[in-house]
Amino acid sequence: MDNKQLMLHAANIRKNILTAVHAPKSGHPGGSLSVCDLLTLLYFEVMNVDPKNPTSSSRDRFVLSKGHAAPALYSTLAERGFFPTDDLCNFRKFGSILQGHPVMYVPGVDVATGSLGQGISAANGMAIAGKLDKSDYRVYTVLGDGECQEGQVWEAAMFAGHYKLDNLCAFVDHNHLQIDGKVEDVMNPTPIDEKFKAFGWNVLTCDGHDFDQLRKAVNSAKSYIGKPTVVILNTVKGKGVSFMENQVNWHGSAPNDEQYKQAIDEIEQYIKTLGGAL
Amino acid sequence: MSNKMATREAYGKKLAMLGETTDIIVMDADLSGSTKTGEFAKKFPGRFINTGIAEGNMMSTAAGIATTGKTVFASSFAMFAAGRAFEQIRNSICYPKLNVKIGATHAGISVGEDGATHQSIEDIALMRSVPNMVVLSPVDQYETYAVLDAAVKYDGPVYIRLARLPIENIYDENYTFEIGKSHTLADGNDVTIIATGIMVGAALQAVNMLKEQGINARLINMASIKPIDKDAIIKAAKETKAIVTVEEHSIIGGLGSAVCEVLCECEPVKVKRIGVEDRFGQSGKPELLFEEYGLTAENIVKQTKILLNK
Repeated sequence: MDNKQLMLHAANIRKNILTAVHAPKSGHPGGSLSVCDLLTLLYFEVMNVDPKNPTSSSRDRFVLSKGHAAPALYSTLAERGFFPTDDLCNFRKFGSILQGHPVMYVPGVDVATGSLGQGISAANGMAIAGKLDKSDYRVYTVLGDGECQEGQVWEAAMFAGHYKLDNLCAFVDHNHLQIDGKVEDVMNPTPIDEKFKAFGWNVLTCDGHDFDQLRKAVNSAKSYIGKPTVVILNTVKGKGVSFMENQVNWHGSAPNDEQYKQAIDEIEQYIKTLGGAL
Repeated sequence: MSNKMATREAYGKKLAMLGETTDIIVMDADLSGSTKTGEFAKKFPGRFINTGIAEGNMMSTAAGIATTGKTVFASSFAMFAAGRAFEQIRNSICYPKLNVKIGATHAGISVGEDGATHQSIEDIALMRSVPNMVVLSPVDQYETYAVLDAAVKYDGPVYIRLARLPIENIYDENYTFEIGKSHTLADGNDVTIIATGIMVGAALQAVNMLKEQGINARLINMASIKPIDKDAIIKAAKETKAIVTVEEHSIIGGLGSAVCEVLCECEPVKVKRIGVEDRFGQSGKPELLFEEYGLTAENIVKQTKILLNK
């Protein structure tokens, strides 16, 4: 898919994210906007998935280890056609399948996540099962940089390195912010790349908002034999909505009506600069 | 029938048998010699996954494997399965109701010399409080075999509580087990003793001792702690008017609590819970620990008679 189309899909997904968190006045926009470009590339270009057959055994898997970015995952799945975009208005609402953190009964969600550190282990499980079955599907997972403070991430990193899970590609959304402040101030997990390297991973770094760089990294991971790959994504929390960018208070709070309108207008302006909607 | 085997040993043997007929995956966290999964590992190295000493990671990885349609047995000591990895079991396995069976060996104080850090007396309480979890606690070799057959057939998470100590067989190879059903080992109408796991043996002895003293006790083996056999409990309450529970677990939250939950809502009767009385275990030979913590046939007899004012 050409980059412009990806950018337009990503813009739609950004709008959907804002709509999803605005509707219940609850959710995590900042870290959803920072992984949005990665999810766009994965679901529209890279992964072998079929919205009409979301549980196909040969499909590629995706695990949102940073499960609080559920608005990004749900919005991407909706944009890709797994369920109607209108359903996003029910996010976090009573009776909705779109629970606050991902659940398996949402079409396209491969495993429940939300408790940090557990998703990467589940991704390892899918990857090792694929190896046992000699199946050629690939597994993708995305972690937060704050999430890398969880000990289980490093248990999982050790496991994937030990079992040489080269069908696994992890991403770290390195946006430098977590609820209590700057990741480096709260509990510094850096250098993240060197840690993964020490556990036997192929480590790459790229701009998490540049489709050419993301594509190159994903392709490089695909052809790397004998080690799992992790891509450290340099990202901006709140990316795409100027007043949310790099602001820690947008980690877990929803825009009010005025802020919502302002954000949507900004993204629509951006869509115009790209030459209009898809 | 008189031979002895620890339920952990039976777990290991049965997994190796199941490996022949099913495509189960077995996981362990560096305790395969103790949990007895080593036999499976030797026979089916391609389907055995050692995570090293990382129980939380093991549980979430097991969940990931189960999403691909496989049945996974994740094994560790009860302390490190239900205890350390509680939240991984809750969120990664039970919430999405994945097909992971947890083989939790070394439950209770009969672990012995290792002492309190390794003696899980809270695991039944922890595991039965989680939605979607089934909790099973077999007494001997043959019940462990039957429990594992039932666990494999059941689609969803199961916690299987196993012990280190070799136990005299009560059942034989013809025994069958159904999740949610108890087994009455002795009939009687003066009092009912409900026991689980390796305490069933002491309870059986107690029933015989009580009989010699003219008290006819009913004995129910409650291997299925969740779902529990409500009908058998209510029937026993109606017919015998008094109930004694026996478990190698804290009296808080375990079998005794589960039985009381049924009784106080459906058929209130006098109850005595026998178990570890809100204290930690300690090092020592299992027999001496059973003595110290009141988990003996003699104490069951004594407490039953107090309950009956005899």
